[in-house]
Amino acid sequence: MLARILKSPPVWISLIVVAVASTLPLYVSGYVLGLLTIAYYFGVFSMAWDLLFGFANEVNFGPTFLIGLGAYTAGILDSLYQPPIILCIAAGVAASVTGGVVLALPALRVRGPYFGLTTLVAVLMLQNFVVVAAELTGGEIGLTVPDVISINDRTNYWIALGFMTVSGAILYGLSRSPVGLILQASGQDAVQAAALGFNVTKHKLAAFIVSAFFSGLAGALMVFYLGAASVGTFIDVTVGVQVIVGAVLGGRRTILGAAIGAVFLIAMGEALRPLGDLSTFIVSAIALFVVLVFPGGLLGMLKGAREAT
Amino acid sequence: MSGSEPRLEVTGLSKRFGGLTAVRDVGFSIQAGEILGLIGPNGSGKSTVMKAILGVERPDTGSVRVDGVEVAGWPSHRIARLGVGMVFQHSRPLHRQTVLENILLGLLPDHLLAVLPDPANEARARAIADRVGLGAVLDRRPSTLPFADLRRIEIAKAIARDPKVVLVDEPFAGLTARETSAFAKLIAEMRDDGRAVLIVDHNVKSISALVDRVYAMYVGERIAEGSVAEVMQNETVRRVYLGGALETAARPESSFRDAQTPFLEVEKLSVFYGKAQALEDVSIHVHQGEFVAIVGLNGAGKTTLFNAISGLRKYGGEIRRQGQALRGKSAASIARAGIVQSPEGRELFTEMTVRENLEMGGGRLEEKERAERSEFLFDLFPILKARARQTAGTLSGGEQQMLTIARALMMKPDLLILDEPTLGLAPVIMEQISKALERLRGRTDITVLLGEQNVTFALPHADRVYVLEHGRIVWEGDPSRFAAEVGERYL
Repeated sequence: MLARILKSPPVWISLIVVAVASTLPLYVSGYVLGLLTIAYYFGVFSMAWDLLFGFANEVNFGPTFLIGLGAYTAGILDSLYQPPIILCIAAGVAASVTGGVVLALPALRVRGPYFGLTTLVAVLMLQNFVVVAAELTGGEIGLTVPDVISINDRTNYWIALGFMTVSGAILYGLSRSPVGLILQASGQDAVQAAALGFNVTKHKLAAFIVSAFFSGLAGALMVFYLGAASVGTFIDVTVGVQVIVGAVLGGRRTILGAAIGAVFLIAMGEALRPLGDLSTFIVSAIALFVVLVFPGGLLGMLKGAREAT
Repeated sequence: MSGSEPRLEVTGLSKRFGGLTAVRDVGFSIQAGEILGLIGPNGSGKSTVMKAILGVERPDTGSVRVDGVEVAGWPSHRIARLGVGMVFQHSRPLHRQTVLENILLGLLPDHLLAVLPDPANEARARAIADRVGLGAVLDRRPSTLPFADLRRIEIAKAIARDPKVVLVDEPFAGLTARETSAFAKLIAEMRDDGRAVLIVDHNVKSISALVDRVYAMYVGERIAEGSVAEVMQNETVRRVYLGGALETAARPESSFRDAQTPFLEVEKLSVFYGKAQALEDVSIHVHQGEFVAIVGLNGAGKTTLFNAISGLRKYGGEIRRQGQALRGKSAASIARAGIVQSPEGRELFTEMTVRENLEMGGGRLEEKERAERSEFLFDLFPILKARARQTAGTLSGGEQQMLTIARALMMKPDLLILDEPTLGLAPVIMEQISKALERLRGRTDITVLLGEQNVTFALPHADRVYVLEHGRIVWEGDPSRFAAEVGERYL
């Protein structure tokens, strides 16, 4: 069993990449480490999103609803009462999962595009709430969180890398497991999946909960890395778009590709920073090109090259 | 029949969609080890009965019992777990998984904690695959397999759950004669395993060798029930299934005024798909007001010919409309100028209502003219008027075909191209479409080019017939000579 998993190319390639990445703090600058730390959290956001889009076939336009709930709940709790950080994070995850269930239960009753629209509206509502309840949330200025997990660049980097690795392993494992198979069948043809005896709503709801769990956890961890939360970093629709583009760019239905895509987006954005505003345009153009020419995303591109030889 | 309790028992089943009663008071039972054929033309409600048994549609009244347990109104997955399996007609396997994994899916429990694979399942999946004839392709992806193997995957998935009752939707659609007998054997094996099998199909003939009894439906109700022989002898069934005698109403070619330059001329047309030649040296012509039928089996090249005329495909040779070459004109401009195709695939706007579909067709007409035209078409196809506010996707196949023709007619075409309008339709629906074409021909001076493999449908309307075989015109003439000269190949 274990031997078969280790033989799978995506798995051992990922393990090598993670091993190399874990040595980066020994020779790159703190600035780069900080950037990659953020990128790894985005990697988890994108992987959690791919579980819904790629497997359950539900387009969640509101990944930042789940991320924002986790981040802000953890941050607000810390700024009000300063309990141990671990408690704040647990509360953030709980809020995200609860919010996810409250959103998914009615949203899964509607079909197709309406699910996506419902999730989009949820983001706008959360964003509005944060702005209106400024006393609690810091409003448009943002929320300053008194505690951080560590002030050491390297520690923060390793935490983020470890977290992405563990999350990726769990999400990837789930996607390849029997329940992952049922989830794919439910996403592809709900009538046929039900005719095979699978409770489609239950499986999709479970996928939503898992997605919410990792989104909320990543959001909460990121708050205690940044020491601050703002609408622009956690909730804004553009953040959600970046999560989605990362997942699609990396390769739908691959989980691991989503992490690659998210890291790629942030790394490219940074590399092209000297170009100023043009950099966003170029990154978007590259993303658009890959998605249009290689609908399988970056991973699909690699696979195609391998099959061609 | 044995006196034991039936595996599946349906009584007093009714289902309405809005104002339409799709199924009224249908009831039958199936014993273990028995095959019942549920037959009926398109729109007869047989699919709705099947969906009601499976819980995809909730019956309004009536009962569905599986081994005595009332399941009417249950969600599908609970009914499935109680022992009802379904072999779908349109297979949609998981394309990124192998055949083996697709079959494994059918063996999985409905648990969220089924994270680790059960090694015993793989052996069972392999055994099932061997049984249905997939043993050699277990590690292949479904997209690399022929159609018949995809259907085998569906059967494998259904029997993987060891169902007491199996519903089979049109088991032989799209299969060759050899594949058909292999599938009949697989279904007979289900019976021999003691399952109750319900086969849903259009007509008795295709399933006569397999079924123990037949239940025939028409417009939502039972019309006959009994052995194959009894149902085939039944008068109502015969009237529904066997249309009238063949009559032709051909007008001589010399009666058309544009004898010198016919309205449409196709000259030495050749079309290639890659290296394969789909049409070779095809020359036909259609006069203004004439009804011309192109008869040919599937793959003969009818659709290719029509697509070339409509400007959708590149060709060698010449196509002229009233003497003007059509080459280089876009498909849209050819259609706007009055050569309108009613495509084989129907291509309706399924989310729009019947009326909206018609309005899309008449988009370029003045409002008053559009209203008049709609009325004319509702008169031609009265059933569409009754369905005017239903979305096109909810119509039966026959109604969708009528809507496709009506939408094309909304454009007030000079030449209407009808590509296989009877595809997949039961004779009674063909009869309705046929009547409409007859009225259309009588009341207007419309020009029609019809492509058909159903000769009995095509001949009564045609003034002239071409026979297309393997991309070539092999016969041309009067429909009255057709039967004597080439008929035996097609009837």
